[in-house]
Amino acid sequence: MTAVRSDTAVRIDGVSRFFGSGAARVQALDNVSLDVRSGEFLCLLGASGCGKSTLLGLITGLDAPTTGTVDTTNRRAGMMFQDSALLPWLTAGGNIEVPLRLRGIRRGERRERVERLLAMVRLAGLADKRPHELSGGMRQRVSLARAFAQEADILCMDEPFGALDAMTRDLLHDELERIWRETGVTVIFVTHDVREAVRLGDRIVLLSSRPGRVAEVFDVDIERPRRIDSARVAELATVVTTRLREEVGRHGH
Amino acid sequence: MATESGTSTRFRSQTADFDAETGLAVDAALAGLDALDIPTTQRRPLASRAWAATWPKIGALALFLLLWQLVVWSGWKPSYVLPGPGKALSEFGSRLGTSHFWDALARTLVRAVEGYALAVVIGVVVGVAVSRSTILRTAVGSFITALQTMPSIVWFPLAILLFKLSESAIMFVVVLGAAPSVANGVIYGVDYVPPLLVRVGRSMGASGFSLYRYVVAPAALPSVLAGLKQGWAFAWRSLMAGELLVIVPGHPSVGADLQNSRELLDTVGVMASMITIFVVGVVVDAAFNTADQRMRVRRGLVAEGTSAVRAARGSRGLGVAGGAVDPVGSSGDGTMPPPADPGAGGGDGGHSGGAG
Repeated sequence: MTAVRSDTAVRIDGVSRFFGSGAARVQALDNVSLDVRSGEFLCLLGASGCGKSTLLGLITGLDAPTTGTVDTTNRRAGMMFQDSALLPWLTAGGNIEVPLRLRGIRRGERRERVERLLAMVRLAGLADKRPHELSGGMRQRVSLARAFAQEADILCMDEPFGALDAMTRDLLHDELERIWRETGVTVIFVTHDVREAVRLGDRIVLLSSRPGRVAEVFDVDIERPRRIDSARVAELATVVTTRLREEVGRHGH
Repeated sequence: MATESGTSTRFRSQTADFDAETGLAVDAALAGLDALDIPTTQRRPLASRAWAATWPKIGALALFLLLWQLVVWSGWKPSYVLPGPGKALSEFGSRLGTSHFWDALARTLVRAVEGYALAVVIGVVVGVAVSRSTILRTAVGSFITALQTMPSIVWFPLAILLFKLSESAIMFVVVLGAAPSVANGVIYGVDYVPPLLVRVGRSMGASGFSLYRYVVAPAALPSVLAGLKQGWAFAWRSLMAGELLVIVPGHPSVGADLQNSRELLDTVGVMASMITIFVVGVVVDAAFNTADQRMRVRRGLVAEGTSAVRAARGSRGLGVAGGAVDPVGSSGDGTMPPPADPGAGGGDGGHSGGAG
């Protein structure tokens, strides 16, 4: 962890990303500029083809921009995927251990940290369960613990709750909010669910599609804890949805 | 963890209120959902599972012996040409008491293990190299499969010219027979590693060797195991063909005994040798199946003792005789690659090496 911390966790400046070459060249992102504040819960919202996942790939360093810069200000970015993407040959604890092993942490300390991380996601004592023995929501919580095992200061989440039933998702929103408050981690949360974005985000960045551009940024001034079915969440969600439909509608012609 | 920022302390002071209000309810609800969501599995008692796995084998064996005896009784061939199962089995039983039998079996098994081990090393090295390099793949990828389909017996004339009637000649053909299957198992295994898992590995900071160690190798394991199993089948066939053709003086072996009995017109002896070869095949196959089964259970690709396909049909497990049913994506993460093409059948088809 770095000693000097700026208030900006991620500085995205004039980023474009092209895939392929020649006639098959596709632009995923077009001149995206965005500052993510330290400790902020930022939601990236957009329809298909808005380059949400591409943007996360750039922030986590899995991918590099064609033009422009992505500066994570010496912070480490961890990633959590839609499909829990646990390694099926390892136990829950074993999965959480992988990032620790990759950084050469000693066995005794690893065990201790795994226990702590499992407790954080309320799965204490389930270290020996295998992914197929867990429910979808539990697998996502293991995945969350694994992302935290990377000691990430920035947590990138790619539609992490998209495949869950509404009730589980609702509870995991509460859980994620709690963990975010406790750890002070910066969260960049990709979703196509407007209410989810309003429920969770400090800010919502609306991206247009093909290529992805920043269409609008919404500040969510609703005090926490929020409920996804509260009137104020619904109210803002309506505004955002209207704007999202405008963006999507431009592709119909 | 990233707790040092100023924002986190501010949040923490709010956390207490937050938890007091809703935390308990969330906790209880989550615990309830977890309990409801965990898949329940029922395990039948060990004795019952063992019986379920055994009786069909015993039944099949009894049926085979009965048919054999019926053919003998029919008088199709004179009994000195085609003896009944009783004679063959008692000859096999009496051989078990001779030191010659164990010497021959030991030599054959040592040849098999040595040849197979060398083939595995070569196959894995070649497989990893080909899976990593596009140029190598273009250059030799299809040759490996071509080599695999070549009946191993056609290598013996060359092997005998190169190495005379020696252990080396046998080893040469055994390795050539088995290595391509192992290499193909590795290549297919690496090809079918789900890209998502590779992304996960990279996002956790793995690269190069550590990516292989933590993601690629374990993800490729099912296909590698299929290749190893098929490689063994080819090694064993090649070895038997070799022992019939390449008889090294003073080196008794199962194949040499078989050839010897044939030359003495000793059908009972031929059958006793064949029983030996069959028993070795069954034992090794059982070992591979056990390893395969354990791997699938660990990864949630099988409901205890049943293949996913049968579980989906809802029928009770009939024991696992062949075992090599393709793992269809089941309750787990569904990240298992399909087994490598040539490995899917456990290496039984398509190869005529040992036919002689």
